[in-house]
Amino acid sequence: MTDILSALVTALGTGAVRIIDLTHTLSPDFPAIVLPPEVGQCRPFRIEEASRYDERGPAWYWNNVSFGEHTGTHFDAPIHWISGRDLPNNATDTLPPAHFIAPACVIDCSAEAERDADFLLTVAHLKAWEAANGTIPAGAWVLMRTDWSKRTDPVAFQNLDETGQHTPGPDPACVRFLVDERNVIGFGTETIGTDAGQAAHFTPPYPCHSYMHGAGRYGLQCLANLDLLPPTGALLIAAPLKIQQGSGSPLRVLALVPAA
Amino acid sequence: MSDVLKRPKRKNPVLRSRAPTLPPLTRSRVAHGLTAAAARGAFALQVCAECGTVQYPPREACRQCLSTRLPWRDQDGHGQLLSATVLRHAQELFFRERVPWRLGLVQLDVGPTVVTHLHADVMPADLGDAPCRVRVTAALDRAGEAVLVAVPATGTPKLADDPKLRDMTCDVRFRKVLVTDGKSSVGQAVVRAVVEAGADLVWVGAAEPWKKMPGFDALRELRQVTVMTLDLTDSRSVRELAAEIGFKVDILINTADYHRTFGIAARKGVEDAHSEMEVNYFGLLRLAQEFGPVMKARGADGQSSAVAWVNLLSIYALSNFPPHGTYSASKAAALSLSQALRAELKGGGVRVINVFPGPIDDEWNQLLLPPKITPAALAAAIVSTLAGSAEDVYPGDVAQEWLARFTDNPKALERELTQ
Repeated sequence: MTDILSALVTALGTGAVRIIDLTHTLSPDFPAIVLPPEVGQCRPFRIEEASRYDERGPAWYWNNVSFGEHTGTHFDAPIHWISGRDLPNNATDTLPPAHFIAPACVIDCSAEAERDADFLLTVAHLKAWEAANGTIPAGAWVLMRTDWSKRTDPVAFQNLDETGQHTPGPDPACVRFLVDERNVIGFGTETIGTDAGQAAHFTPPYPCHSYMHGAGRYGLQCLANLDLLPPTGALLIAAPLKIQQGSGSPLRVLALVPAA
Repeated sequence: MSDVLKRPKRKNPVLRSRAPTLPPLTRSRVAHGLTAAAARGAFALQVCAECGTVQYPPREACRQCLSTRLPWRDQDGHGQLLSATVLRHAQELFFRERVPWRLGLVQLDVGPTVVTHLHADVMPADLGDAPCRVRVTAALDRAGEAVLVAVPATGTPKLADDPKLRDMTCDVRFRKVLVTDGKSSVGQAVVRAVVEAGADLVWVGAAEPWKKMPGFDALRELRQVTVMTLDLTDSRSVRELAAEIGFKVDILINTADYHRTFGIAARKGVEDAHSEMEVNYFGLLRLAQEFGPVMKARGADGQSSAVAWVNLLSIYALSNFPPHGTYSASKAAALSLSQALRAELKGGGVRVINVFPGPIDDEWNQLLLPPKITPAALAAAIVSTLAGSAEDVYPGDVAQEWLARFTDNPKALERELTQ
């Protein structure tokens, strides 16, 4: 066991294994999910100075921050959705820590998403990916690469019009397949939701939230740098804050990647 | 006729910016009866409840019968200009910088003789041997204190048309205006109204650019308009905008408003109330910290100096409207803070104007029955208040009615609103 960790340390030192940060910077400018104004809202990330080497604290600088649990690059726990509300160990403080490190399969949908903002990932796409890369292993994250994180203009990132948001995501059958046939640990996206922008109109609405969390699986949203990951072989470290009965949290998502 | 106001030249950067000076501001407690009326744009005098004598200057007792029952009553101000004079020397710094200055002696039709400032449209030629008719109005000067101004008895002379008395107004013409939220229906109406009133430049704040509001994009087509990113809930956003344009803003109109329609028990938790406070109270505080000091310093920066700060409050700031209970509380907090802001900006002669509309005809008041003030009417009230010299404005029928009930008996209004 010690040998494995020593080998990892060595590999990190030599660059044989690299660490890639899949996290956006938490900033007040980063857009939060848009919901109708009459329903409860996700607070955007906010930061207020407590002191900065000044009369409020002469030798130190620090801030107070506030944010919704689903702000910036963030993790969704099963309790987030009503379908997962009664599962055991379904909140950020009770999730098994063993789940915080898991392999990742990266499905490149960047070309499709560029052509069609409402692009939907289907079982056929998954099977085509498996034909090239092997079967998605049980307990793996499936990450949908769309290069959405490269949209630095928040208007383009949100991509809203009068009919709502237009961002890519999985279709309902795709989510069922990942849960029932592949037993994945969760689904990750570069967009603001694990579901497509128009998923309120699917059956069921928000299938990735409904099915994934109903089966005790997780979500990762607003990921970045997925284009730097190989289709298989990356190891994800994604541990949400230990918030009591938390439904999710912003987090630092790291990928360990073998050098090419 | 008054001089036609010309577009001011750009600032000469070689010269020291003038430091603001204020007209004399000492008043007795009883004299603030005049201030209270002038604050809402009215001229009032003490009228003895015992003998009916109208008196000026204000005193603690009736000069006729010594009664202390001296309610303030609004006056139409008509009278005769008895004499006029020109002040050519003054020890007071404020007037020293402004002489020559015209003063008149007016005998009001209701009795008292008063010393007034003279509007330029009251021409010296009118004086001759015979007295001429004038109308005395009360205005708030740059120190926020009530003064009397005689204007022609006929027509609708504007203070702002007199180059010297323009100082008592915050006239929008040729000024640079920041509207903090231009996305709401009120914000859009205010932007259009200040453009219409001749603002030189209008910066329009917009938060959350990914949320498109109907009508907003059309504002960009107005030549005077520049859309700026501004989110009052984000301290850094406010700071960055102040750093960019703070030293140029002559008039700040804070239209940002977060309105949810809940009392206490109707909504679980504090998140909606928190958002209301975050925009309506903390948003104002953030603006005041970042824009206040630089505007105060620019109180005498030539013809286009910093002159006014307008807060869109609500008549609910006076007395809580329980169905919109948390919103009312946030507006009461903003009202209280605006008084502190008024005190802090006073040294610069920057007027803080509070606007107390009744329900606005917008999506959050959909379920309230009329009368509701339209965004356009509210915007017009803001512009006309800036052109005059009041600091508190209650536009619309509902606001006027609440104000009357509140002034008469605040406890009664509180009880009535619980019905």
